[in-house]
Amino acid sequence: MDIRLTGVSHSYDQVEVLRDISLEIPSGRIVCIVGPSGCGKSTLLRLIGGLERPTSGEILQVGSPPADCLNPLTYIFQDFALLPWRTVRGNISLVLEDHGIGGQQAQQIINDVLARTKLSDFADALPKQLSGGMKQRVAIARALAVNPAVMLMDEPLSALDSQTRELLMDDLISLWSRTPFTAVYVTHNLAEAVRLGHSIVVMSRRPGQISEIVHLDTPLDQRGMGDAEMEEKQKYLWQLMRDEARAADAELIHV
Amino acid sequence: MSERSNQNEIRPVPFRGGGFAPTSKRWIGLVVFVVLIALAEIGTQTGFITPLTLPKPSDVLKTFGELYSSGLLWKHLSVSLSRLVVGATLGASVGIAVGMMIGLFSYVRAGLLPLVAALFPIPKIALLPLFVIWFGIDEGSKYALIAFGTFTPTVVATYGAVDNVDRNLIRMGQSFNLSWVSIVRKIVLPGAMPGILSGLRISLAIAIILLVAAEMLGAEYGIGAYILEAGSLYDLERLFVGVAILSILGITLSACIGMIERRLLRWRV
Repeated sequence: MDIRLTGVSHSYDQVEVLRDISLEIPSGRIVCIVGPSGCGKSTLLRLIGGLERPTSGEILQVGSPPADCLNPLTYIFQDFALLPWRTVRGNISLVLEDHGIGGQQAQQIINDVLARTKLSDFADALPKQLSGGMKQRVAIARALAVNPAVMLMDEPLSALDSQTRELLMDDLISLWSRTPFTAVYVTHNLAEAVRLGHSIVVMSRRPGQISEIVHLDTPLDQRGMGDAEMEEKQKYLWQLMRDEARAADAELIHV
Repeated sequence: MSERSNQNEIRPVPFRGGGFAPTSKRWIGLVVFVVLIALAEIGTQTGFITPLTLPKPSDVLKTFGELYSSGLLWKHLSVSLSRLVVGATLGASVGIAVGMMIGLFSYVRAGLLPLVAALFPIPKIALLPLFVIWFGIDEGSKYALIAFGTFTPTVVATYGAVDNVDRNLIRMGQSFNLSWVSIVRKIVLPGAMPGILSGLRISLAIAIILLVAAEMLGAEYGIGAYILEAGSLYDLERLFVGVAILSILGITLSACIGMIERRLLRWRV
């Protein structure tokens, strides 16, 4: 299933946050969206997943999601959004219960996704007992449980320390290498973007517009740390963003 | 600062980080009670406190023993407890339901919040005669008074607690296509539980206060009736017995809620 955005604009009251965004998200690819803070990239992600309605423009699903897909557009949030009163297992079963999946079948799915995210030993822990990285892995496991057609990731690693971030990036790459998934990955971290993105959408400051789309052809599992080509792409992206970021930083916030 | 500060003076860095971290010291509460009662006993025994000012704690205990052995204690207590249970359950459950509705629906909020704000400051005791006309002189009016008194604080605590539920968790529920009922039952209600329970502490204390008021009219038995009768006869020993029973009731209820909190809110950090 592909996602197609045509001429999407959005404003809150008088403030225009997004202007004329047209974008194709092809299936099986990871599209990273980078931009200075306040450029509306998180808003764009909420629009893509249907959590908000755009002021104008269209967001289309092209093709139908696979038959065993429970929730085609599935988010992974920056703050993990785990229910603190449910165990790891309970948090995953939450998203299955409403689809009438329970008992043996649910346990099977839960055990499978926990194994894929290396969480099998922590099935009965409460979120407060887990580190930030583990919490985000639980959220990834929960997203995998509903077999999404497109994963919408809103700065999923931004709340984590840099070591954990590296580890989770490796986890994401190995997950993708085993079964390629479609993802829109919003981040302000250029290193994450060049590690995970098949294409990187660079946005300007508010009102957010697409200023350039950079394509990376190196396969994900061959992008090591300190790779010369990656470094160069990252430097290039920073060139693109630098002035925008500085201007965005100097802007007054109108609430 | 000069470089030539005195190198020979060596002392440990002073510790400044103490306090502001309450820890559980249960027995101190008991010690306070014992000391206060002992002071009252000594004061009354020596005549420093006249019997008209305060009865001897030992006499109060004796009166309590008499009440217990005559079998009247249970009679008073059972009647009062059933009034308390029926009234408070009614008030709290309707209060939680209305509070949830106010928290969830904008129209209900707009319609009912002013009404709740208008009802809250009314001293419910003042309405007792009205309740007697509406619900009858026997149990009905007593249930109504206690229920009404617990209702308003429960509503306020509940809708505040619903407002405080993490919006991101609700967004998460929506993003996984959970039904409205599921979101309310599995996300909003458990998320509001800490606030609801701490509101319940206040509501139940108010219920005990109103129990005495409810038994002012048309009650033969009940702790409140017992206290009011003792008060009008100026029988201080019996008055204090009644008051002590109410205090113990309050402590027990608050301990019960503490237990429920520990069970239901184990997930809290």
